[in-house]
Amino acid sequence: MINHDIVIIGGGPAGLAAAVSAYDSGVKDVVIIDREETSGGILKQCIHNGFGLHKLGKELTGPEYAAVYENMVKERGIKIIGGAFVTNLTPDRVVTATTKDGILKIKAGAVILAMGCRERSRGALNICGTRPAGVYSAGTAQRLMNIEGFKIGNRAVILGSGDIGLIMARRMSLEGSKVEAVCEIMPYSGGLIRNIVQCLDDFSIPLYLNTTVAKIHGKHRVEGVTIAEVDENRRIKHDTKRYIPCDTLLLSVGLIPENEVSLSAEIPLDPITSGPIVDESRQTMLPGVFACGNVLHVHDLVDNVSDEAETAGKGAADFVTFGETDRLTAAVNPGKGVRYVVPQTVHYNKSQDIPLYFRVSNPCGKVKISVKCGNTVVASAIKLKVTPGEMEKMVIKADDLALAKNGVTVELEEM
Amino acid sequence: MNYDVLIAGAGVIGGMVARELARFNLKICLLEKDNDVAMGASKANSGIIHGGFDPEPDTLKAKLNVEGVPLLYKAADELHVPYKNNGSIVCAFGSEEEKTLNELFYRGIANGVKDMKLLNGDEARKIEPNLSPDVTAVLLVPTAGIICPYELTVAAIGNAMDNGAELRRNFKVEKIEKTADGFIVTSEKGETVSGRYFVNCAGAYSDKIAAAAGDDFFTIIPRAGEYLLLDKTIGNLVSHTIFRVPTAEGKGILVSPTADGNLLTGPTASKVECPECIETTPEGIATVIGNAGLTVPKVDFRKVITSFTGVRSSEKNGDFIIKMSENVEGLLHVAAIDSPGLTSCVAIAKYAVELLRKSGLILTEKKDFDPCRPDPHAFRKMNDDEKDAFIKKNPLFGKTVCRCENVSEGEIREALRRNPKPQDVDGVKRRTRSGMGRCQGGFCLPFVIKLISEELNIDESEVTKNGDGSNYILERL
Repeated sequence: MINHDIVIIGGGPAGLAAAVSAYDSGVKDVVIIDREETSGGILKQCIHNGFGLHKLGKELTGPEYAAVYENMVKERGIKIIGGAFVTNLTPDRVVTATTKDGILKIKAGAVILAMGCRERSRGALNICGTRPAGVYSAGTAQRLMNIEGFKIGNRAVILGSGDIGLIMARRMSLEGSKVEAVCEIMPYSGGLIRNIVQCLDDFSIPLYLNTTVAKIHGKHRVEGVTIAEVDENRRIKHDTKRYIPCDTLLLSVGLIPENEVSLSAEIPLDPITSGPIVDESRQTMLPGVFACGNVLHVHDLVDNVSDEAETAGKGAADFVTFGETDRLTAAVNPGKGVRYVVPQTVHYNKSQDIPLYFRVSNPCGKVKISVKCGNTVVASAIKLKVTPGEMEKMVIKADDLALAKNGVTVELEEM
Repeated sequence: MNYDVLIAGAGVIGGMVARELARFNLKICLLEKDNDVAMGASKANSGIIHGGFDPEPDTLKAKLNVEGVPLLYKAADELHVPYKNNGSIVCAFGSEEEKTLNELFYRGIANGVKDMKLLNGDEARKIEPNLSPDVTAVLLVPTAGIICPYELTVAAIGNAMDNGAELRRNFKVEKIEKTADGFIVTSEKGETVSGRYFVNCAGAYSDKIAAAAGDDFFTIIPRAGEYLLLDKTIGNLVSHTIFRVPTAEGKGILVSPTADGNLLTGPTASKVECPECIETTPEGIATVIGNAGLTVPKVDFRKVITSFTGVRSSEKNGDFIIKMSENVEGLLHVAAIDSPGLTSCVAIAKYAVELLRKSGLILTEKKDFDPCRPDPHAFRKMNDDEKDAFIKKNPLFGKTVCRCENVSEGEIREALRRNPKPQDVDGVKRRTRSGMGRCQGGFCLPFVIKLISEELNIDESEVTKNGDGSNYILERL
């Protein structure tokens, strides 16, 4: 068994940024473990631009954004163990990974979970019909097109108007495929507004809200799909069924944080985010284990991932340097109109600004967002428009942090 | 004649028949219409090793079920096919159903099933805590079990082939000509093959095969069954296979762990137009969800990872049809094999071979017949030190391809080289489990396509899901 001060599971944007931050916070013995031969995680296949607009003031492509952090990692001499698949984490921080050189076991001073997320599949949605070739989750299609260089279909229907579905609608159109429609089961799109404009409107691809795929047809390869509208309970309205001939169905129907390794260490997860419950330094309820990026909660902007990873990296470095700190924490709860808040707990006996990241439950027009500590409003803001697809941020200022002792709530009030 | 015995249908029945025949000095050829073995009911059934209380006494089903149980456990050991002798529990709700339970108990005794017990609801919940509080009595059948049916099929056929049997895929039997010496069989593509004996193991098409051979005396009634498969994290919600008391429709919707650790619910039962009607339906899925919760209320259907449909080959008389043709010499039917066909498969095969022997097929034992095949999943069962040593000799076992099921490149390449070699992505999936996990191939598909193209020496655009026309990729960009 070998030892490292900080072991980071995942070499995507979260893991890379966390590594740089941990190193810069004073802990030099940092190692990243990634299951692929090259780092960068999902960014490798996101060849569209728009990454880094907030953080770097540029609109980079996925690989370019990854390269910014990969260079920082390289400059610092931080080791990345590629082609290594972590299979287990023990509560006393032993990381086990399968590699081409054998079974690797590392005892870590601190661990940062940065495993990202996976896509929800057709099977999980009980989409009926046959099981032909040509049904892909959008991320798999993206990999086949952008990394492997294949055209996967001529005529596609896309289920799910989250960002990946929207991006792939444009991507397929650019390669000469006809995208017949993007269907979205909710009454609103789950993706960034700029993606609706740049991927659907600009390509004249229709977006059908309150619509889902009721059935897949085709014996060997997809021949068509039956789409239908849904009622307010998301149940199919049978008299609205319509057949669309196509040879490809892309599914962009939800991302699920990949917490199998977290569960192996019995780290408690938040049932709403499906990621670990964390405090403001992104430490999970298992001391010395931190989480950041999509494994913690699914992000829309990689800029926020990098910010969060910096926090986790510093948190892990402080843990290695100073050990466990006192655990006087208060709960941070989603209030009216808010679906979840990260972090879910906060140490109130310190002095620093605490950013709270949250998603609203439903799209709203003009709202007042309030952060309350007990009954005291410590921060508020007015937003003209909020939607579940765009993560929001509010900050508890350092001076107000002591009041968090009474519990923190983030809530909305429609105006 | 090219062969001594031709077998139509490379499902679990045809596969076990081939394996039994491979013990003898015979030239055997399995004819399979699809691109791989186990493409019919053999890959889409409950995977249950039934105790044998259900079939009517004095039927072939009763005889071969009960004989078949120990034979199947033995074959599974020899072939290294995953199984568990986990026992089954049949649940009764109230006094009417308890009467049926008693009938099943006595029927089981009549059929020769050992060690069964009748328990009341509380006793049952002691050994199976997640059983519904409304269950009033159960029949416990300790001899029952669960097995992976497609791995069993692959293993039996692979073992038969290792012992000399041949397999021809994409050979859809169109014409069967009876001559003095035997049979000349022509495929849809016009290829011919000949054999002295012809064994009809064609599942849902066995009636069509019989008719093609001029022996049209039965009709298969295809009955579809839909299943929902749930995540391994709830695979141990129950340890036994949980049934309700059977009805005229069949054994009903069960809740069971699988041999690989998932939770299986289903099947429904509905007549379908044709055996190709293997789609899932909203009604079927709703029926499974509605009924599974009756016996095991805690089944959380948010953990479904996939659903699928299988088609049973039922026949109006309700029993297996295993007999030499009365009209056509040398033709053996092994047909109408619906439940408990999987359980009985080894016993069925031995019974069938005995019928062939009685009808004149000379059986001389092969001295070097090996009933065993090496464990294809040995790596998964090793401890960390053993795995480490193994990877150092075979580095490709250290490269994880399917992250949900932990399948390595080494295992996939071995599967691509082992009889019966898979030719498509689903074939690799059935042999290695890559693509069977919670992400359903979302991560591993591009890697598996690449490995298949390398091992089969074909372009990626030619890699299919399950044969002609099911290509994933159109072309390179």
